[in-house]
Amino acid sequence: MPRLVRHTLLILVPVVAALGVAPFVYGNHLLLFNFIVFMALAQGVNIIYGLTGYLPFGYVGFFGAGAYGFSLVVMHLHTSPFAALLAGGLAAVLLGLLLTPLFRLSGAYFSIANLAAALALLQIVSNPTLEGITKGPYGVSLSGVFNPTLAYNTALAILAATLFLVIYLRNSRFGMALQAIREDAISAAMAGIDVVRARVIAWLLAALIAGLTGAVFAWYISVFYPETVFSGEVSIFAIVFALFGGTATILGPVLGVLILYGVYNAIGISTPQYFQLIYGLLIMGLVLFLPNGLVSLLRRWGIDVP
Amino acid sequence: MLTYTLVAGLLFGLYFSLVGLGLNLVFGVMRIVNLAHGDFLMLGAFLAFWLFKLLAFNPLVTIPVAFALFLLLGLPLYYLLVPRLLSARDPEMLSIILFFGVSQVIEAVTTIAFGTSERSIPGMALGNAVKWAASVIGVGYEPGPVAILGQSFPISWVMSGLAGALAVLGIYLYLYCTRLGYLTRAVMVSREEAISTGIDVHRVSAIAFGIGIALAAIAGIFAPFMLNIITPAMGVDATITSFAVIVIGSLGNPLGTVLGGVIYGVSLIFLQQSSYSSWANTLPYLLLIGVLLARPSGLLGRQTRRA
Repeated sequence: MPRLVRHTLLILVPVVAALGVAPFVYGNHLLLFNFIVFMALAQGVNIIYGLTGYLPFGYVGFFGAGAYGFSLVVMHLHTSPFAALLAGGLAAVLLGLLLTPLFRLSGAYFSIANLAAALALLQIVSNPTLEGITKGPYGVSLSGVFNPTLAYNTALAILAATLFLVIYLRNSRFGMALQAIREDAISAAMAGIDVVRARVIAWLLAALIAGLTGAVFAWYISVFYPETVFSGEVSIFAIVFALFGGTATILGPVLGVLILYGVYNAIGISTPQYFQLIYGLLIMGLVLFLPNGLVSLLRRWGIDVP
Repeated sequence: MLTYTLVAGLLFGLYFSLVGLGLNLVFGVMRIVNLAHGDFLMLGAFLAFWLFKLLAFNPLVTIPVAFALFLLLGLPLYYLLVPRLLSARDPEMLSIILFFGVSQVIEAVTTIAFGTSERSIPGMALGNAVKWAASVIGVGYEPGPVAILGQSFPISWVMSGLAGALAVLGIYLYLYCTRLGYLTRAVMVSREEAISTGIDVHRVSAIAFGIGIALAAIAGIFAPFMLNIITPAMGVDATITSFAVIVIGSLGNPLGTVLGGVIYGVSLIFLQQSSYSSWANTLPYLLLIGVLLARPSGLLGRQTRRA
């Protein structure tokens, strides 16, 4: 059996099936929805950080761009949610194209500039002088298209597509090329890989995933403020979940979300500052003692993880 | 009006240089990003607040106390975190995540200890502190606004600007006139060559790290006067502002930090005075991206950069 099919059957199908059945047996649908959102976002981070080595500290910018792309089209053009969903994805891809010059920066400069871009976008969207277009800081209300069941299933479809994309990248020549660039860009270029093109494609794919996820998030919750969809926590959560599980793997980000987001919901809502403390210590311990994630621990014990 | 904007911008700019100075030093020497920089600033602000509130401590006296305290805190923190981090595959990227964790821990502990309420020190405190300092050296001074070029400015702005200028001068003297500073510059230029010439890189780096967070704490002492309120969550904004300031200037160069601070301060005050004041919050981010794209090495940076 080709690895592509095996990984699809072993990871994609069980995850999507479990999250598809879960609403019938578990009452807190918003929580389940958030699991889908973070799984998609963590895989998006996995593509751009795990495969190319660029750490997108402002990844939430694409999520917010998707949410606002969706909302603006629904509010001003009154289209169907699916057309608006595409607009959300397109908004994120356009933002990604706009930010491609950031690839000239290396290391920390890239991350900081990316973070600044996301924060600048938040400030622009929430500026009171743009109230006529974006509703400024007062938030968006999309009650006209509110349909949580359909939005939930759409999010699940987006997650399935994202997982398939990651499985494909893991097992394809293009994914190998990306990892070669991450290890040594000059050697990769010498081996005939178009470094710039490959990086931009990975970047835009990651942007598209976050944009679609942001759009479906806007659809699902329908009422939100700029700070909700541009919250720095979204980037951080996605990065830490991906890193905790193990980047450049398929299963790592899935495990990371299941464990850490589960812990967050167990203790984070009632006592946020204690959660913040545990979370901070966990992140420090992770970087110092397990920089390649849980998956590397499993591998050390001889269990092969895709 | 223009004079007022320029002088106020210069004073704020010098203060912002102080805010960014420590971050610049740490990045320049260790090539790691101290994302918790703003949180050390916040701790300095809380130290000043509690010393003033409980012991009626003069904020000017708090400066040497904070410097010594945070320098001593920085040394063990360095040895706890950094050597292990530097042995990882991609220390520069991982340092962002590691120090994000440190930032979360500091913010959480401060919130658990003090709650989330906003605090401030009355502006009078600094005026009285200056009066006391003036009487010590035998100069007459009455608390009140200071006149510069025919415009009057709060004493707190003048003192914060002065503190920024003195801190930059101090770092400059440290780097160029002491033996340890000489070694620090050697590590900045090339870590490998510094090791091979027998420099104890970890000792030099640990001291630079301690000085870096001590400078953040000193900037924090003036934060209640310049940023008006202090909360445990203020660290993130302070970190971003520091990044904007040091990237506009250039990394590793204290004079660049002053240039960045002044450009940032003047444009901030200018925007606040203009009819576009609602865009003032967007400024640091746009300046940061603009300068990074136009001149990735900063305005005073040399052209050579790692690939």
